[in-house]
Amino acid sequence: MTVRDVIRILDAKVICGDESLFDVEVSDACGSDMMSDVLAFVKNQAVLLTGLVNVQVIRTADMMDMVCIVFVRGKMPDEDMIAVAKRKDMVLLATPHRMYTACGLLWQNGLKGEHKDA
Amino acid sequence: MSMLNLTYEVDGDDFTRAGEASSAVKKRLRSLGIPPEAIRKVAIALYEGEINMVIHANGGTIDVAVDPDKITMTLKDTGKGIADIKKAMQEGYSTAPDEVRNLGFGAGMGLPNMKKYSDHMEIDSTVGVGTTVYMEVYL
Repeated sequence: MTVRDVIRILDAKVICGDESLFDVEVSDACGSDMMSDVLAFVKNQAVLLTGLVNVQVIRTADMMDMVCIVFVRGKMPDEDMIAVAKRKDMVLLATPHRMYTACGLLWQNGLKGEHKDA
Repeated sequence: MSMLNLTYEVDGDDFTRAGEASSAVKKRLRSLGIPPEAIRKVAIALYEGEINMVIHANGGTIDVAVDPDKITMTLKDTGKGIADIKKAMQEGYSTAPDEVRNLGFGAGMGLPNMKKYSDHMEIDSTVGVGTTVYMEVYL
């Protein structure tokens, strides 16, 4: 699955991110509003789905080398967050779906990762 | 003397800036050609430590030393100190205020995550004086 697929599957609006990043392959994702939980499990997740909107979401994704953040329920980051994400070459997306649905749609469409430890 | 020494002052008043030092360290390590797995371990451990400094200690100082065989991180603050280090190391134990939880932290995972991602960690803390955390990631 590519970032472009994520955009399509989630009916997502692109908040920022160069189009060249849309072809990046993503193999796993993580859905959480608790950033320490995101940091606790390194599994090469490339996509972070969250309902939390503050700059620490961007920094957490940066520490984890994630390429794409999806804000659920149409939440929108502010200008400062967008500026940081742009500096990190990250794609920010907003989907109208709720967390549960957004994660389910990506899973159903093949974004399943390894999940050996699940 | 290490190959490279980096020092950062962490501002304790601005939660939105927490993580800037870790982000800067990550960038420097990448430019040095350090293996990505080691960089990620350093970045996550340091980031959790930096967040802790802002939440609990009104900021502090981060020193990072890069050697051929390891990266050493020293996080020093003059905050209130940790009364029971063993308890603080337990996953889920937190003394962070509710407003921190609303920001996505304060779940009692900070110190456990720091221990998890560093190859060696020591905490030196005195109540009312401050805390120093040493962490090493081997290369």
